[in-house]
Amino acid sequence: MSSEQDHLKETDTEARFGFKKEQQSAFQTEKGLTEETIRLISEDKDEPDWMLDRRLRALRQFHEMPMPTDWPGQPDLSEVDIDEIVPYIRPDIDARGGVDDWEDLPEEIQDTFDKLGIPEAEKNALSGVGAQYESEIVYQNMQEQWEEKGVIFCDMDKAVQEYPDLVEEYFMTKCVPPSDNKFAALHGAVWSGGSFVYVPEGVTVEMPVQAYFRMNSEGMGQFEHTLIVAEENSEVHYIEGCSAPKYSAFNLHSGCVEVFVKDGAHVQYSTVQNWSKNTYNLNTKRAIVERDATMEWVSGSMGSKATMLYPCTILKGPGATDNHITIAFAGEGQDIDTGAKVYHNAPNTKSTIESKSISKDGGRTNYRGLVHIADGAEDSSTSVECDALMFDNESTSDTMPYMEIEESKVDVAHEATVGKIGDEDVFYLQSRGLDDDDAKQMIVAGFIEPITEELPIEYAVELNRLIELEMEGSLG
Amino acid sequence: MAQLEIKNLHAKVNEDGGEEILNGVDLVVNSGEIHALMGPNGSGKSTTAKVIAGHPAYEVTDGQVLIHLDDEEFGDEEVPEELQTWELLDLEPNERAALGVFLGFQYPAEIEGVTMVNFLRTALNAKLEEREELFEGDESEDDEDDEAGYETSPMEGAADEGEIGVAEFQQLLKEKMEQLDMDEAFAQRYLNAGFSGGEKKQNEVLQAAILEPSVAVLDEIDSGLDIDRLQDVATGINALRDEQGAGILQITHYQRILDYVEPDHVHIMLDGEVVMSGDADLSVKLEEKGYDWVREEVYGTA
Repeated sequence: MSSEQDHLKETDTEARFGFKKEQQSAFQTEKGLTEETIRLISEDKDEPDWMLDRRLRALRQFHEMPMPTDWPGQPDLSEVDIDEIVPYIRPDIDARGGVDDWEDLPEEIQDTFDKLGIPEAEKNALSGVGAQYESEIVYQNMQEQWEEKGVIFCDMDKAVQEYPDLVEEYFMTKCVPPSDNKFAALHGAVWSGGSFVYVPEGVTVEMPVQAYFRMNSEGMGQFEHTLIVAEENSEVHYIEGCSAPKYSAFNLHSGCVEVFVKDGAHVQYSTVQNWSKNTYNLNTKRAIVERDATMEWVSGSMGSKATMLYPCTILKGPGATDNHITIAFAGEGQDIDTGAKVYHNAPNTKSTIESKSISKDGGRTNYRGLVHIADGAEDSSTSVECDALMFDNESTSDTMPYMEIEESKVDVAHEATVGKIGDEDVFYLQSRGLDDDDAKQMIVAGFIEPITEELPIEYAVELNRLIELEMEGSLG
Repeated sequence: MAQLEIKNLHAKVNEDGGEEILNGVDLVVNSGEIHALMGPNGSGKSTTAKVIAGHPAYEVTDGQVLIHLDDEEFGDEEVPEELQTWELLDLEPNERAALGVFLGFQYPAEIEGVTMVNFLRTALNAKLEEREELFEGDESEDDEDDEAGYETSPMEGAADEGEIGVAEFQQLLKEKMEQLDMDEAFAQRYLNAGFSGGEKKQNEVLQAAILEPSVAVLDEIDSGLDIDRLQDVATGINALRDEQGAGILQITHYQRILDYVEPDHVHIMLDGEVVMSGDADLSVKLEEKGYDWVREEVYGTA
């Protein structure tokens, strides 16, 4: 790859989006991510020493690791300019990721909010403008119910202060160490906000836990950390994100999700995300699943300039189960590289991966997946199904389903389909009265139906609506 | 009363040097009439059906396809004369559907993930809305753009539910399905996905019953049907005519279905033209004598 200095010249998010941020003269000489910056972040958050140490270690690992450039067919990351990050993470600078006023958001993003019909108060919170979201009362009520059962749901920064033992044990230690990849290391150094969810043994959380409720906190940042610990025989459904585009002038989002699913527990993690189209969305999400426990990933990846996201499940205990359901949409100029990783490290483990992607107007989607069945993981089974739908001849869809099977007593099924939206199908629906656009939208809605039926109804409605808007090409 | 009038229709496959398939088709189908369109393979029957509905695979090189609607179609409303006759060839397939043209497909598409009930209600509402737009002109269009999106929270779904609401539609669907002896579970199945050949054909007739066309063109609706289902389908077709007053243009190879759906008129196509027309006896004669007899009659050679 070319040097990062070159990227600095090429990257001008301000010019590209006509976004004005005030010059911070004190930091004009600041180049790159330094230890001093990390210390400032940690100090501002009044973090314990162990967290500062983890951040600094992660920073060193980040500097040591090369940018990933050798993956076959990976999205072009050369415009990701880490040096630009500094003004957005330093607590002594006011210009964080968001903007201060609704009116300062790029017009196309305002437009999207309007088309999604999101009320003003929510718009502000969702877009990162930082206004108060007015459902705090609802959240309070739920909070009380959870507390009675010993369930913890709070901002990640708050968790560091209030539940240091739990966080110290689980935070980027056994699940996603910073050494995992360059962006995990970056995340480990600069993370801020996110959610902490702890469910005690035997407790079932009936209502889905939604990050939505605490959107007014700084958890909406670009380096948010989500840590979910589900103790034995507990059950929780965590929902992250929503269909509103998140805008930031700095173009990198690098979140991290760690999930611990103990014996007999059941965790579902659902996310529908829609990043503004200047964003590079590079995440690390992983779950460790113990004996007879189940992990389910449901993800909708929308927006962004490039996304690289492969939620990973490690089936560690015998009888553990994984389900992956993913959907990706790539329009003009977008490269959405998503998939799933599953490691079968114990006997009688089971995984199911279902991936759907849609590409349109020259967009590219890629399914990149790995299923590893270790020697000794006998009587395990995996089923991988990836379907791609292309709207036109300009769009691209690739499939890279890697399988590493070391054990012979296993059941492996794989199916992939790639197709263009059928003219005969469109004509059939048109002949019944639907216009060309509605006919295509109906076909797409049907194509992703296996995903949307897994989502709570309000998310399903939003996802469908969002895809409709994307298909009309009317979103910014 | 409505009338579908096909005048001197010429069409070719829509590609450079595409084959000429229709060489001047003339046909008139009035509402309330049942017409059978017969002819050997490759004579242009299916192409005629597809061109009427606006299939993009064909290019019309000459002729007209007109639909004439009259006052009865509009209830009490006064409709100016210029809106009573439409040149279908200028219109999109969905606009043709809105004007009352229905095509029953020989091979209906399978659409995964879209339930029958969702599809049919969407189609019916789209048809009603399009029809309104066609007759009221473009005036309302601007307003509509402004209102795109939800009036309330997206969590509650689209504010604009369409003219026919969910509950009302379910009742309508239930009635029509009973009439066709279709299992209720059909409503929740995905559109044609995994349907047997017979179920697909039954479904085509069901869709016609819901959408209430002025003229239904049914392309080999009888192929692949066992005798029980043939009777169900025939009952459905007769009901389209008897109860809704639809005109039927039924394309078929076989006398069999005509025993149940008795045609008022029978037309025979050869080489892209309607070469012979008659009453129900013509199909019986054809069954006995075959197309060579037609060729002999028309061209004087066998």
